[in-house]
Parts: sequence; C-alpha cells; structure tokens
Amino acid sequence: MSPKPGQVDRAGLVHAMSDIFEGLKAAFWLLVALDRDLVEITLRSLQVSLSALVIASAIGLPFGTWLAIRRFRHRRTAIAVMNALMGLPPVVVGLVVYMLFSRTGPFGVFGLLFTPAAMIIAQVIIITPLIASIAHQSMRELWADYHDLLISLNTGHWQRIRTLMWDGRRALLTASLAGFGRAIGEVGAIMIVGGNIDHATRVLTTAIALETGKGDFALALGLGCVLIGLAIVVNLAIHRLSRTERDGRW
Amino acid sequence: MVDTILPLVLTGAVAKRRGKRLIGPIDAEIGPVGFTIVMGPNGSGKTTLLRLMHGLQRLAEGTVDWQGTQIDVQKRQAYVFQNPIMLRRSVKENLSYPLSLRGVSKSSATKTVNDWAGRIHLDRALEQDAMMLSGGEKQKLALARALIQKPDVLFLDEPCANLDGRATREIEELLLETSRAGTRIVMATHDMGQARRLATDVMFMLQGNLHEFGAAKQFFAQPETPQARAFLNGDIIE
Ligand SMILES: Nc1ncnc2c1ncn2[C@@H]1O[C@H](COP(=O)(O)OP(=O)(O)OP(=O)(O)O)[C@@H](O)[C@H]1O
Ligand SMILES: [Mg+2]
Repeated sequence: MSPKPGQVDRAGLVHAMSDIFEGLKAAFWLLVALDRDLVEITLRSLQVSLSALVIASAIGLPFGTWLAIRRFRHRRTAIAVMNALMGLPPVVVGLVVYMLFSRTGPFGVFGLLFTPAAMIIAQVIIITPLIASIAHQSMRELWADYHDLLISLNTGHWQRIRTLMWDGRRALLTASLAGFGRAIGEVGAIMIVGGNIDHATRVLTTAIALETGKGDFALALGLGCVLIGLAIVVNLAIHRLSRTERDGRW
Repeated sequence: MVDTILPLVLTGAVAKRRGKRLIGPIDAEIGPVGFTIVMGPNGSGKTTLLRLMHGLQRLAEGTVDWQGTQIDVQKRQAYVFQNPIMLRRSVKENLSYPLSLRGVSKSSATKTVNDWAGRIHLDRALEQDAMMLSGGEKQKLALARALIQKPDVLFLDEPCANLDGRATREIEELLLETSRAGTRIVMATHDMGQARRLATDVMFMLQGNLHEFGAAKQFFAQPETPQARAFLNGDIIE
C-alpha cells in the first residue's frame, strides 16, 4: 500500500534505517579489516586532495595577501572576479580541463587525462579562488591594523607580505582547511577528468557515486563514513599542529 | 650618505581628506637641533601634522622637503603612534622586528633587544604576546621599538598618554637622553607640565593651522596670540 502524499512511508523508513545500519556495519568491517581496496582508494583521495591543497595554497595564500596590500587600478575587479570564481561549478571545471587535456586538446600531448595529475589540476582550479578569497578577507583586516606601522618602518612589498602571512598564519590555515574540505568532498570534476578507473583514478567520492548507482548502499555509506572521518581527522591534525607550534612560541 | 636629513622644510603644505582640508597651508622649518613639542586642542591637527612630516599623510598641496636621498630620509625616521600598533608576536619579536628588516642577524639583535626590554621593564615579559600587554606597557614597547632603530628624527604622538607618573618620568628621562645623543624629536602632547619640561620650541596648532611656532621659553612666558594664552590657561578657545 503506497502512502498518501504528506504521510511518512513507515515501511520505507524502516528499510532506509536498516540500510543505514547495514552501511555503518559495512564501514566498520571495512575499517577493521583494513580492506585493501578501501585503503588504496582512501590514500588516493588524500594524495589528490592534499596535492591540490598544497599547490592551491602556494598560489592562493600569497595572492590573497598581495591583493590585500596592493592598490592598483583594477583591484576591485580582480577581487570581484576572484569571488565569482569561488562559485565555479566543479562539473564545468571538469569539462574544461577534460577538453584541454583530451587527446585533441591543446595539452593533449601530456597524456594526463584519466590520471591523478588531471584530477589534481581540476581541484587546484576549483579551490584556489576559495583559498585566495578567504585569505584576502582576513589579511585585509590584519593589514588595516599593521598598515601605518609597516609603512613607517619603510618595508618593501615582500617584507609586508611575509609579515602579514606569518602573523596571520592561523587565519591562513583556516583558509587552506576550507579549501581541503571542498577538494576532498568534490566529485563532479574528478569524475570527468579522472574517469573513476579502478586502481588508477578511483577515489572515495567517485567510488561512492559508483556504488550508489549500483545500488550497493551499504558499501557507499561505508565509504561515506570514511570520507567524513578523513575530513575530521585532517582538520584536527592541522589544528593540533598549529596549536603546539603556538604554545611553543608564546 | 649625508650627515643629517634636516632641516625639514614645509612650504604651503596642505593635507586633505576627500577634498576637505584637514590641515594647512603650513609653513615651517624644523632645524637640526632641538626638541619640538606640538600642542593644541583635540582635533586641531597635531597627529595629521606629524603624519604629514613623516610621509604617512598624503600631501595635497605645497611641499615637505627633507635633505638627502629618499632612501636615507625614510630610513632615518621613526614614528610612535598615538594608539600603539603591536605586531601579533611576542614582546621580543616586536623589538627585534625593525632590526630584522635591516638584516641584523638574530644573535646580534638579541643583546640589543634584551637591553631595551630592560630599560622599559619588560625584560621578564620577553616571551609574552605583545597584544596582551597593558595599554601603558604597549606604549613603552612601541617607544622602545622606535628607539632601537637609532633614528635621526623621532616623531612621537602622545607617547605618555596612558602612563602613570613614574613611567612618564622614566620616559621623559629616556627622551631627554635620546635628544642629547643627537636625535631630533618632534612630539605631540597634551601634558602642559611635560611640554614645559621637554620643549626647546613649540608648535601650537589650532583648527588645522600652525597658529604659533617659536622658542618654548617665549611661548610659555609670553604667547603672541590670545588663543595661545587662553590655551595655556586651560580656557576654552573659540
Ligand atoms: N583619516 C581621517 N578622516 C577624516 N578626518 C580626519 C582623518 N584624520 C584626521 N581627520 C580630521 O582632522 C582633524 C585633525 O585630526 P588630528 O587627529 O590631526 O587631531 P589631533 O590634534 O591629533 O587631535 P587629538 O588631540 O584628539 O589627538 C580632525 O577634525 C579629524 O576629524
Ligand atoms: Mg592626535
């Protein structure tokens, strides 16, 4: 008997609950057994997203800081463009990277399509604007505080950027973490440019999409738990690192 | 390199903000020796004048001329702000920051830094976060951070505003010593007693104009204008 509109389907709910329970159980066993495939997929997820994070931070953090201290003609436009790029749909980024790196594309000769490298490139494009934008926000505040002093001390542009980045390193860390969160959970772009190839480009998110499609909710949910766990662990680890460093100094 | 970046000459110097005049036009010459005190009621333009001379406030009209090359002129001045600006670092790192900018090595900076921390009684707080210091301690730290650069010209914007009597005396001693050692000081203050103790000449600002500028003795004994006389008496000036 199908439920009337607006009424909860009791049987369906029970079914879903048991699916979720099965998923948690599956996740537990996958973890306990350190399932080979799971470990491989997890490590690849980390490898891709951490690489993207490092590259995007190396570009986005100094760029955001530079935007905060530098006055130039099209500064407002640059900031508006950066903020707009934050909202780039990953699928579109994936599509563009695909076209650029496909065999007939301008960068086809590198043969990067369907490799982790292509996935990293796509994720760098997705998270760099985000990291730069958040960095810019907090660096602008710090610069407002420091402006007079650093001008008076006759600092050069690089000295200013270095000082701001060092003194604002905790805020920059937060910017990077936001980028990592976006990268590790992203599926649209890496599905397209990576192709979700087993033992080559399969990562947690693409595997979840695949298992869901196949109807293996338990496994999908298990992978989902690992994904969430991973995001939490990386966040905690980085925060812990920064804390210890701070206690050591002050 | 020249011996001194002084005299500093202002000719028809005007500072504006969004087209509105803040101070000026100001004509003045700051000679190579002396201790200049800038006085005047709140909002009369003391801070703006100091910033204009130091190059922090953009010049709208007129000129502000130092002697020597631009690099020299910039490197040989220091400024202590009315609201001390602390770097979000330890006391020690605040003190060593100007030295590190000049490429002084950490080891040779350490002795200088410890020395200065001792002189402002912050030697026990070297590792403390400078943002956590009291208002008065911040002011002393900002002053030490300026003096550590051994500037030829030192601008001070009410450096004793938050200090108690004893600390004020100590800072005055320090400033006199610095002045005797050859640093040219230009300082804004509201403290009449302090002005009398330190000044060799006085700039009296009123409504954005340099109303009187002359020897301190003359100014305190016989101000030229009724407004300056009223100010010295503590009356409200129109
Ligand atoms: N950035 C600014 N924007 C707008 N107005 C300003 C700015 N800086 C200064 N002013 C104005 O210029 C005038 C002079 O200010 P200034 O800070 O130089 O006075 P002051 O003599 O230092 O006062 P105080 O004794 O309170 O420190 C004031 O009327 C102030 O409102
Ligand atoms: Mg002022």
